Amino acid sequence: MAELIRLEGIVKSFDDNIVLNGIDLSVDENEFVTLLGPSGCGKTTTLRIIGGFETPDQGRVYFNGVDITDMPANKRPINTVFQNYALFPHMDVGENIAFSLRVKGEDEKTIKKKVADALELVNLKGFEKRRIDQLSGGQQQRIAMARAIVNEPKVLLLDEPLGALDLKLRQEMEYELVRLKKELGITFIYITHDQEEALTMSDKVVVMNEGYIQQEGTPQEIYDEPVNAFVADFIGDSNILSGVMSDEKVVRIDGIDYPCIDGTEEGFPPRRKVDVVIRPEDIDIVPYGKGLWNGTITSKLFIGVHYEMLVQSETGKIEWLLQNYDQHEVGEKIGMYVDPENIQIMHKPKSEAEAAIEIDL
Amino acid sequence: MLIVMLFLYLPILTLIVLSFNEVKSMSVWGGFSLKWYQELFQSRLMMGAIVNTFSIAILAALIATVVGTMAVLGMAAMKPRTQNTLLGINNIPMLNADIVTGIALMLFFLMVGAPRGYMTILFSHATFCIPYVILSVRPRVNRSTDRLYEAALDLGASERYAFRKIVLPELWPGITSGFLLSFTMSVDDFIITYFTRGAGINTISTLIYSEVKIGIRPSLFALSTIVFVVALAVLLAVNVRQSRADREDNTLQTA
Repeated sequence: MAELIRLEGIVKSFDDNIVLNGIDLSVDENEFVTLLGPSGCGKTTTLRIIGGFETPDQGRVYFNGVDITDMPANKRPINTVFQNYALFPHMDVGENIAFSLRVKGEDEKTIKKKVADALELVNLKGFEKRRIDQLSGGQQQRIAMARAIVNEPKVLLLDEPLGALDLKLRQEMEYELVRLKKELGITFIYITHDQEEALTMSDKVVVMNEGYIQQEGTPQEIYDEPVNAFVADFIGDSNILSGVMSDEKVVRIDGIDYPCIDGTEEGFPPRRKVDVVIRPEDIDIVPYGKGLWNGTITSKLFIGVHYEMLVQSETGKIEWLLQNYDQHEVGEKIGMYVDPENIQIMHKPKSEAEAAIEIDL
Repeated sequence: MLIVMLFLYLPILTLIVLSFNEVKSMSVWGGFSLKWYQELFQSRLMMGAIVNTFSIAILAALIATVVGTMAVLGMAAMKPRTQNTLLGINNIPMLNADIVTGIALMLFFLMVGAPRGYMTILFSHATFCIPYVILSVRPRVNRSTDRLYEAALDLGASERYAFRKIVLPELWPGITSGFLLSFTMSVDDFIITYFTRGAGINTISTLIYSEVKIGIRPSLFALSTIVFVVALAVLLAVNVRQSRADREDNTLQTA
C-alpha cells in the first residue's frame, strides 16, 4: 500500500510546555491507524497538526509526498469528526451535512442526493429535517460522521469520537466504524485513550506517552510484545516486574530463575537489568511444588468468563495477577508455571534525559 | 411586595392618567382628552427632542454594538489573563457615576475643541453603551464557538464564510440583546447628555428638565408616557428573547 501521510520530526510546544518531542509517523492509504495514549500524551496535538489546526514548531507534514505543513485546514483533503461533534446548532441535520457541499458550490440536486446517501450510510435515513438538539448522543455522533465523509475526503480524522457514549453504544459504534471504513475505502486516523477500542478496530496502533511514540505495530504485536513497561501497562492487565538477566536466556525475578527466549542476541546479555511482562492469562496453575514457583491465593474475583486472582509469592513480596477459567479458593497454596515464550523481556524505559539526548542527535 | 409595587408604579400610573386629563390641573380630573398629545405633536421643540432622542439612541446602539462585538472577537484571541484584565477594565465605566462620566466627556470635548451638539451626544452615548454590549456578547464566545469555527474550516469554508455562517448566528442573541440594552440606556440617559450637549439641542430628558424650570405643561406628561411605553416595550422584547434563549439552552443540555 502506498504511503499517504508522513510526519517527519514533529516538535510542538505550547508556551514552555513541550507536547510533541519529535514524532515520526507514516500512514498508508486505506489504513486504520489509532493513536493511543493517556490524556496529555500529545495524540490530540498530533491530530490537530495533521488536520491543519496547529503548525508544528519543527518538522514537516507530507500528504501524498507533497509538503502540506503550511497549508490551511480548509484546503486539506482531510475531514475531522470532532470530540464533541461540533455540529452547527442553528442548522438542521440536512444543512449540517450539506455544509461542505455548499462551500464547494454544488447544485441543489447533487447536494440533496449526497446528503441522503450519507445519512443512509450512517443508518439515519430521513433525518434531514431533525434539529440537532433533538438527537441522542449516538445519533449526533453518526451525523458528525456523515458530515465529515459526505465530501469524500482522502483521510478521516477521528478525535475520541466514542468518548461521550455509554459502553453498549460504544461497542456498537466500533463495529459501525469498521464497516464504514470498509465501505468508504478511506484512511482513518483515530485517537483514543481506550486500549480496547484501539485493539479491536485498528490495522496499526501507535502508543504515545509524554510526546514520544513508545511503540507502533499491529494490535497483536503491541499486545504480545510490548517494548517497555509503559506500553505493557497501558495495553491490558499485566504483571510488570523488575528483573535481571542471571544467565544466557534466564531471567531472575524475586530470587527465582525463569527460562526465557531472549538473550544476548536480542540485546539482553547476562547481568543486564530489565523489565519483565507476564500476562495474567499466561500463568498456569499447577499443584503446589510442581511449578516454577509457589504462592498463596489472597483474593479472587469472578469476571464474566474467568476468575481473576491475586497470588502472594512464597519467596518475596510480589503479588501476581492471574486469570484462570478454573475456580480456586482464597488461602489455597498453588504452584505456578509460565512458558518461556510468554515471558516478555523489555529494556528499562528511557529516562527523559536519555530521550532528550537522542533527539539532539 | 404589593406596597413596593404600589410605590413604584402608582406615580407612573398617575402620570399616565394625567396625560389624558382634559384640564390643566394636577389634582382635578376634567374628563378624557388627547389634546396634550396633540399639543405635543404640534410643538416643534418637543418633536425635535423626540427625533433627537430616538435617532441618537438607534445610531449609538448600532455603533456600540458593532464596536463592542468586534472588541469581544478581538479579546477572544488573547490570553486568558489579558482577557480578564480587559473585562475588569470594561466594568469600570458601568460602575462609575454618570455624572463623573458626563463631566469627563465634557472636559474631553472642550480639550479637543469639538463643537458640542448632536455629534458629541452621539459619541458619548456610543461610548457608554459599549461595555454593555461587551457584557452581553462575551458569554456567547467560548470554546464551543471555537470548535464550531474550526469544524467549518475543516469542512472547507473560508475564514470569512465560517464567521458569517457559523460564528455570527451563534453570537446573534448576545448581539441583539446588547443592541436593545444600549438603546434603552441611551433613551434613558439624562446626566451625560446634559453635560455633552450644546446650546439649542435637546433630547427628551434635557427638554423636560429645562421645561420644569418654567412650569410643567401636561404635554410633558404625554411625552413621559410615550418614553415609558417605549422603554417598557424594549424591556419586554429583551426578556422574551432571553427566556426563549434559556429554554433553548435547557433543551440542548437535556438532549
